[in-house]
Amino acid sequence: MTVTEDNPNTGYKWVGTHQIRPDGLDKVTGKARFGADLVLPGMLHGRVLRSPHAHARIVSIDTSDAEAMEGVRAVITGADFPDLVEAGRSTADIAVAANAMARDKVLYEGHPVAAVAATTRELAAAAVKAIKVTYEVLGHVLTVDEAMADGAPLLHDGMITNGVDPKPETPSNVAAKTTFERGDLDKGFAEADMVVEREFTTKPVHQGYIEPHAAVADCGQDGRATLWCSSQGHFAMRAYACTVLGWDTGRLKVIPAEIGGGFGGKTVIYLEPLAVRLSQKAGRPVKLVMDRDEVFRATGPTSGSRMKVKMGMTNEGRITAAQVWLAFEAGAFPGSPVGAASMCALACYDLENFLIEGYDVVVNKPRVAAYRAPGAPISAFAVESVVDELAKGIGMDPIDVRLANAAKEGTQAPYGPKMPRVGLIETLEAIKNHPNYQAELGPNQGRGVACGFWFNAGMNSSATVHVNEDGTVTVVTGSPDIGGSRQSMALMAAETLGIAYDRIRPVVADTETVGFNDVTGGSRVTLATGAAVVESCEKVIESLRERAAKTWDCEVDEVEWVDGQAQRSDGSQPPLSLGDLASKAGRTGGPISANASLNARGVGAGYSTQMADIEVDPETGVSRIVRYTTAQDAGRAISPQYVEGQFQGGVAQGIGWALNEEYVHGTDGRMQNQSFLDYRIPVASDLPMIDTVIVEVPNPAHPYGVRGVGEVGIVPPMAAVANAINGAIGVRMEALPMSPPSILAAVNDQS
Amino acid sequence: MTVRVHLASALRGFSSGEADVELDPGDGATVQRLIRMLDERFPGIGEPLRQASSVAIDGEIIADAQYESVPDGAEVHFLDMHQGG
Amino acid sequence: MSRRHVNCTINGDSADFLTEDFTTLLNALRDEVGLMGAKEGCGTGDCGACSVLMDGHVTCACLIFAPEAEGRTIVTVEGLADHTELHPLQQAFLENAALQCGICTPGFLVAAKALLDRNPDPTETEIRYALAGNLCRCTGYDKIIRAVQDAAEQLRANA
Repeated sequence: MTVTEDNPNTGYKWVGTHQIRPDGLDKVTGKARFGADLVLPGMLHGRVLRSPHAHARIVSIDTSDAEAMEGVRAVITGADFPDLVEAGRSTADIAVAANAMARDKVLYEGHPVAAVAATTRELAAAAVKAIKVTYEVLGHVLTVDEAMADGAPLLHDGMITNGVDPKPETPSNVAAKTTFERGDLDKGFAEADMVVEREFTTKPVHQGYIEPHAAVADCGQDGRATLWCSSQGHFAMRAYACTVLGWDTGRLKVIPAEIGGGFGGKTVIYLEPLAVRLSQKAGRPVKLVMDRDEVFRATGPTSGSRMKVKMGMTNEGRITAAQVWLAFEAGAFPGSPVGAASMCALACYDLENFLIEGYDVVVNKPRVAAYRAPGAPISAFAVESVVDELAKGIGMDPIDVRLANAAKEGTQAPYGPKMPRVGLIETLEAIKNHPNYQAELGPNQGRGVACGFWFNAGMNSSATVHVNEDGTVTVVTGSPDIGGSRQSMALMAAETLGIAYDRIRPVVADTETVGFNDVTGGSRVTLATGAAVVESCEKVIESLRERAAKTWDCEVDEVEWVDGQAQRSDGSQPPLSLGDLASKAGRTGGPISANASLNARGVGAGYSTQMADIEVDPETGVSRIVRYTTAQDAGRAISPQYVEGQFQGGVAQGIGWALNEEYVHGTDGRMQNQSFLDYRIPVASDLPMIDTVIVEVPNPAHPYGVRGVGEVGIVPPMAAVANAINGAIGVRMEALPMSPPSILAAVNDQS
Repeated sequence: MTVRVHLASALRGFSSGEADVELDPGDGATVQRLIRMLDERFPGIGEPLRQASSVAIDGEIIADAQYESVPDGAEVHFLDMHQGG
Repeated sequence: MSRRHVNCTINGDSADFLTEDFTTLLNALRDEVGLMGAKEGCGTGDCGACSVLMDGHVTCACLIFAPEAEGRTIVTVEGLADHTELHPLQQAFLENAALQCGICTPGFLVAAKALLDRNPDPTETEIRYALAGNLCRCTGYDKIIRAVQDAAEQLRANA
């Protein structure tokens, strides 16, 4: 179901249609090559030794026994990498390197301490066990409360909180504070008829990609290496790996494997520099693959948090003041998404008076990595829960309350600039007008509504378009395809060039065969890489018009390109197709090819409104999703089925985050539920069909009106579910996950 | 020529609390020139402004915007944008 | 090290490979036989990405020791298509956009085939429970269920 705003550019031939994706056949026949699928002759197997302690000083590492073992060809520790502190590199680079391999301290259980490469997996595992590490165990902190308490053990000596004026004199575990404010809070709260103040906590959750990290590195005796890995961006992998290795980027070629899920968690490196260094030392290719245990213990989840939200509302539904306090776990190194969470927390609303404060707090857990609209789902859980409580308090429909305050074109965003044309109101109306909104609710069933915002990103992309001799077209980009973007590239190329979709061959090339591309993430590929593809196609069309002009011996401005053909404006010649011109390319100037590299402009922000109908069993605390509906502004859905897929995937992750997913740590700082059995993500029997509405409020700044769709869908679900549970059993949940034991506890507390 | 720069609260320590600053950067103004002028008026503000990863010019958010031209009457915000996942 | 010689049928062909006793069938298929379709998502039988059919039953290959394959008939995702024809499940997955990253797809196809082989007309609930052992993080399962329903209808029509 698609709600489309009037747009003079509708009537596309390929954009917006259902097609078979070009990489689909390989993926349904088992031919697609993911990160762990490459085998090279003489390949060794790597294994990483990881810290068993949450916080400790490394006193000594003795690898001599391991090095002497059968089949072992290389052993590495932190000493095998350059010391970036000594080299005066930035804190960001130092953190990347220290996270990849510890030097003096381990900061979380699972932190890599050493690695080996051996002829078989079993020999590598045995060698790792033979490495002797002496630790001086230190006290650890596992939550923002523990980390911010007086006298807490410090992860990084000398870390002074940024963004606080005056600068603190003593170091702490608080890396930074972010502040956004406007107007007069006291005046705003004084104007309110109702004020709600709540405190919330959330736990870290993992991106949960089904494919563990994997890399194969092959370093030659000339010191140059090729790295094959699945990632969300091979140029980023190259840059990060070379930072850790101390190499110029030109020494490393990275070939993208197909990627089995990322959601932000594969925009950073883990195994890659280790595999390269092992391969360099061994003089043979090395494959390093994480097992699921390692993925949980040592790769970025997103932050756990404590949040306080206070909001005031008039009886007419106007929000008069909002105060948001956020403290997010960054894991072992600074860099939680509390900044983005702060910027997005109130971005659905047009507000005069607010204060948002966000704290980035280090704790002894794996360094957090991006997870689909990083930070925004967390602050949305808190804010949208409070808005719901206010709406119920004044007796107003939750959608009407949001409509009364909704951000729109010209609204000044909480982070400063005025909003361009955006589609929040359209998504709110789509839910309000959806038949599901009228569906009757049964006993113990409740309905919850929430909305969410994400900026989406632009960033750098490059593309090259080659016209083959037969008139087929190869579209080369450097954005790993996680969700079907190759298809979107082909659709936009087909539309721009005016030729059939199946005449386009989209290819994801490696770091040596395509220009620079930023990561596949930030909901940016359809927009930014798409823009590079469209620009390249437009240049190809210019070239084709010139060649037709030569062929017809006329001026270029007498040639039009229409429906994949060059036409003489005066109609005095039969048209020349792409195939005709391609077959004679040599005569008219040589092969036909064009490229574009750009820093994408005109990013359109995304909004989503969602509705959850939940039934709670008051005896067991188990929640069942009866009905779920999501409306999201896609700008223009290039590939509607895959746009729906992004909506539904974000919802499913949000539901898992809402109801079940959490890291369980012992007091010893070790993760206790590091398997899919105990880290419970939604399975097919947990969910109903997820109803989607693609709202299209075209982004005025993009040739096809595209807005990124990958991320905003995960922002509303936790609040929508919490609001539905509140409707079902009258309890306001303040902690995630809202698992059966915690719902039962809340029900019992209340009675 | 007038350009309005809005300073986020984290930066107002440099501007003694001023949130909105008007500048006349002249023809052919770029973001880089704005930063220089702001640093002259509020010493020390240049560094965090240069580190801000994006700039919004009349609502359009642009990454790595140092050499972007700033038109007459523009409203400018310096932002620390986040990449996404 | 001494390895055991295992003889079995894989995707309709007589096959044999050498293996240690402790090697999983998953690793033997990937490392010895060269069939990379089955994936390791967890190694503990929780995600279903390694699903294969053993004598018609859907099994996590990561939970089977390779020597247990002796004399058995094994089907992997590579064995679903027939010459130039995709299996209706494979075709339905493509037409319904039932995959995004595709890592779970081989496991789902095998598990769905096992379901439809024994129950040609399953309800939505029966499909969801039969596939509850296969994790997908990308799709939210909606389009996967629709694809299985479409394929079931196609298979019933062909029968």
